[in-house]
Amino acid sequence: MTAVREDMLIPKIGIVTDIRQDTPDVKTFRVNALDGGKVFEHMPGQCAMLSIPGVGEAMFSITSSPTNKEFMEFSIKKCGCLTEWLHQMEVGQQVTIRGPLGNHFPVEDELKGKNLLIIAGGIGIAPVRSVINYCRDNRADYGTIDVVYGARTPADLVDFQEMQEEWMKTEGMNVHLTIDVPSEGWDGHVGFVPNYVKELNFSTDKTVVMCGPPIMIKFTLQNLMECGFAKTQVYTTMELRMKCGFGKCGRCNIGDKYVCKDGPVFRFDALDQLPSEY
Amino acid sequence: MLKFTSNEMKTLFSAIAELRKLYLPIEKAGEVGFYLWEEDAKVRLDVLKTVKSAKDAFFPQSEHLMSFKVKDKAIEIEQPSDDMDDFVIMGVRACDAKSFEILDSVYLSKPVDTYYQMRREHGLVITMACGQPEESCFCTVFGIDPANPIGDVVTWLVDGTLYWEAKTEKGEAFTAELTAVLAEASAEDVAAVNAQKDAIKAITEKLPFANLNLEGFDGEHLMEKFNDPQWAELSKACLGCGTCTFVCPTCQCYDVRDYDTGDGIRRFRCWDSCMYSDFTMMAHGNNRNSQVERFRQRFMHKLVYFPANNNGEYSCVGCGRCINKCPIQMNIVKVIKALGVKE
Repeated sequence: MTAVREDMLIPKIGIVTDIRQDTPDVKTFRVNALDGGKVFEHMPGQCAMLSIPGVGEAMFSITSSPTNKEFMEFSIKKCGCLTEWLHQMEVGQQVTIRGPLGNHFPVEDELKGKNLLIIAGGIGIAPVRSVINYCRDNRADYGTIDVVYGARTPADLVDFQEMQEEWMKTEGMNVHLTIDVPSEGWDGHVGFVPNYVKELNFSTDKTVVMCGPPIMIKFTLQNLMECGFAKTQVYTTMELRMKCGFGKCGRCNIGDKYVCKDGPVFRFDALDQLPSEY
Repeated sequence: MLKFTSNEMKTLFSAIAELRKLYLPIEKAGEVGFYLWEEDAKVRLDVLKTVKSAKDAFFPQSEHLMSFKVKDKAIEIEQPSDDMDDFVIMGVRACDAKSFEILDSVYLSKPVDTYYQMRREHGLVITMACGQPEESCFCTVFGIDPANPIGDVVTWLVDGTLYWEAKTEKGEAFTAELTAVLAEASAEDVAAVNAQKDAIKAITEKLPFANLNLEGFDGEHLMEKFNDPQWAELSKACLGCGTCTFVCPTCQCYDVRDYDTGDGIRRFRCWDSCMYSDFTMMAHGNNRNSQVERFRQRFMHKLVYFPANNNGEYSCVGCGRCINKCPIQMNIVKVIKALGVKE
């Protein structure tokens, strides 16, 4: 390859070194640089543009924690043209990768020293898993960690194995799982995430990180506020169509913000200052 | 001030073309646009509004970004070339010249877009004062002076004579290469140019949109403007054709796409439009589902979001192309009048 021109539109090459089928429609891809290690460093909540030339390029959250020094992981749900293709990949496939893009959860600032409540629905676990594992790996820097995670069925819980084998065994960490409808062999909680959050009646000393489908976000926020949480305590990460990933192409523009560079992480009080076009 | 010594404009074009690639407003198939000058080109310095603006010079409608060679599971990136010839774009009007500054604040702010930057570095802009501003012109509303455009070199065409003034270092250096065809202007010449400037001022003051009021179009009134109930009525007839965005000198949104040539993949970018239904379409849905939302986005971006992020500078230069081209006669002037402060 010739000398690399420094432009944010020009990607690097990564190689898929492991593929895990997490749920019927979610796979987690491990990506390394061609000569091993990571393609670049990131912070929890930041994203990367992945592409298969000729198919397309799209923004994905980096699901692995930056404390993982060996590789990056992406948990990707099959739901469109590019993701269909990604799901057909085999180990050894190369992809193009650009990043890290966007801001990140304030793990070194506002979240530090706090009791954390992390709420996710469905594939919304992907960006917050990075936060969870970052905090687990820097356990002394954070208070209690409560995770509320919901999916349609037990089979749809992404990364269930890591949750059971590692998260549930982490000191000071409580994992509350729920599924939407009763399912054979599931003796855990059944019900939607917003209601479960309300039932769990968390103390309001927690700082909340939340990601999931818009409808879940809407009702969970409502319920959190009824429980006495303030919008200044709740963070989320947004997803909009993006092409460049650094505030030029115009697609993810909402009000005077670009979700790709001013986000994707927003505190809810900041979202109140923006048109609700997301 | 200098002046071109001949009345045969072609002599000047050919002197410039000897030095650099030269782009000028040229008529092709009945329409005028900026094209590469050739001996037999029909140059139209009398036309104020080329169909598309001059932004193609720095932000082309379609632009090659890079290529990929894909073999089995391996991908190789072929870097874009850094070779580019210096070029001159001449006959740019004050509005389009200002639009380059607006595009600069997007593409030259960090992280810099090197494709755009390269074109800016290689390009030299020769502007021309608007001897006869048109009814659809409203550049003065945005603080632009059509009698004194910005540019590396500014020219005035008065009664067939071209007057020339270098305004930047780049313009000075280029002017030095053209001494054979340029001479010092006399006091009479300067008076003639000044008379044209006065005449331009007199015309612009009386233009129908000269007194548009932009008060209240700023970040402070973001939600108020966004929530204005008039958007529904204003956008009702919008076809979503995107013509306004394509003729606009400041519209800067783009798409990135891949094209399989059969011998590798070419990644290119091309202009896109927030007026299009698939602009924000994602696998999981669309956050601007209706034309009213898309219409509002275009004008809110130009009149509120952009100034909120750029020290009050609007992303409109009042060229008036959208006024002439919109098939349903909707345009930014009507939006400003409807949403602005009522006199």
